[in-house]
Amino acid sequence: MLHTLTVHAARDLLRRRACSSVELTQAFLERITALNPALNAYITITPEEALQMAREADARIAAGEDTPLLGVPIAIKDVLSTRGVRTTAGSRILANYVPTWDATAVAKLRALGAVFLGKLNCDEFAMGSSTEHSAFGPTRNPWDLSRVPGGSSGGSSAAVAADLCCAALGTDTGGSIRQPAALCNVTGLKNTYGRVSRYGLIAFASSLDTVGALTKDVLDAAIMLRAMEGADPFDSTSVDATPIDVDAIAATEPRLHGVRVGVPEEYFVEGMQPAVERAVRDAIAHLADLGAHLVPIHLPHTHLGLPVYYIIAPAEASANLARFDGVKYGLRIPSADLISMYRETRGQGFGSEVKRRIMLGTYALSAGYYDAYYIRAQKVRTLIKRDFEQAFERVDVIAAPVSPTTAFRIGERTDDPWQMYLADIFTLPASLAGVCAISVPCGFDEQGLPIGLQLIGPAFGEQRLLSVAHAYQRTTDFHQKKPSLDQAL
Amino acid sequence: MLTPEEIEHIARLARLALTPEERARFAQQLSVVLDHAAALMEIDVEGIPPTATVLPVHSVMRADDTPMPGLTREEALRNAPQTDGEFFIVPATFGDEA
Repeated sequence: MLHTLTVHAARDLLRRRACSSVELTQAFLERITALNPALNAYITITPEEALQMAREADARIAAGEDTPLLGVPIAIKDVLSTRGVRTTAGSRILANYVPTWDATAVAKLRALGAVFLGKLNCDEFAMGSSTEHSAFGPTRNPWDLSRVPGGSSGGSSAAVAADLCCAALGTDTGGSIRQPAALCNVTGLKNTYGRVSRYGLIAFASSLDTVGALTKDVLDAAIMLRAMEGADPFDSTSVDATPIDVDAIAATEPRLHGVRVGVPEEYFVEGMQPAVERAVRDAIAHLADLGAHLVPIHLPHTHLGLPVYYIIAPAEASANLARFDGVKYGLRIPSADLISMYRETRGQGFGSEVKRRIMLGTYALSAGYYDAYYIRAQKVRTLIKRDFEQAFERVDVIAAPVSPTTAFRIGERTDDPWQMYLADIFTLPASLAGVCAISVPCGFDEQGLPIGLQLIGPAFGEQRLLSVAHAYQRTTDFHQKKPSLDQAL
Repeated sequence: MLTPEEIEHIARLARLALTPEERARFAQQLSVVLDHAAALMEIDVEGIPPTATVLPVHSVMRADDTPMPGLTREEALRNAPQTDGEFFIVPATFGDEA
């Protein structure tokens, strides 16, 4: 059962020479071959590159080297550039794009000796909450193949849940790590904005985009963050914070005495699935049982997160995606003149959701609407950010749901974008505020579908956040439950 | 509801060729989002500064440029749909004039 290993458990085995990286990598490749046709978690599988990396890792291990990722097979969301390996962003427009350099986060993992199994499916340009907006077909939820895995990092959440890798890289702009983690029963950390370099991430909304990991437990989340964090000369918005102390988190006793946990009334709204509310309230009661002091708080601008996000993110996307013009890389639809070539290439190369957001963003930035929509949304964003700043004067972490519902059926929301956008109602505010937040498994609904608890910390508060999440996980076993996958075989 | 003229104007600005079906669908769907965005108009933002970035950053001054390896010409052209080996090839900008 090598494929069930966490990153830290895999490292323990490799360090003790109980197995080799090649053996571990082969176990995952076999499992991917068996399960990916049903799940469609991977867009690109790279067995030869993976085995070559595994052999190199085994040589480094034999030479006595030890890193937190050495020889550990992981996979990468297909919006992160990988040198020499096709990177599609889930889009037809980049279906044949092969980067000539690594994203900084990828380069750091490569240097540590991680093994890359392949590239994971996602909503096109990370725009979506279900992974249905991928030009390479939807990913299926390992807990129920008729349902979505969440999104946009749905290939990542499905791959971790189905043990098709030890851990996966994802990105979170408005919930794209946390929401799929919740819907697939894995752990997903959205780092503080700026903590991990965005260089080499195919940009969606630059003031919101973050790079992070989906993992099998909180300790792995800490290990992955420690591996990727730090200022990068290629990203002027990246920041050096005090590095994560993984050992301190691992050594945390499951006692939360003195920890103040804020419970925001605004995150328990009418219309949310009763089983979700029940599981999250039970999880909060569990934190109190561990000694945490619960504090009722208010984040009064929570309900404005959705409209603010759906002005700001599309506006930034419309500017970022202007680079896809059929000239330097990607698809080109031949046309008689340059403007027609741009329009046809983009019209045929982008899928519906991407075009919808480009249109929305272009409108919000256009003459006459810029102040009314874009600047106003940025001002309300300030109010949302202040909500969190004021709350964190009184509490250490905030506990809330991740998603108002468990996994919905494939096709259920694709015709109604606003219904799809509502899936992120509880994750958008932390993204807009730029703070850190983690999704950890906290239960199942009547149909056996996973539910996530969201813990939110202040900017650069990952050390405390991860300690609290680890304390929760050490005293619960939801994260150890696995889907049966009989349907997929 | 956005008018067909507005949709065509936005599509032109965004350099997107849309089908008639897409234009009709986007007119309806964008209008739904903009209706929800109307909630922002009811908020008092007097004296509230806009947040363009959550980081407390100011202009970041880079150290003096130091030469470092960049893309080779071959690498820069590798993913282009059309090149002559030295340059990107694009269609005429002004129809037959070029």
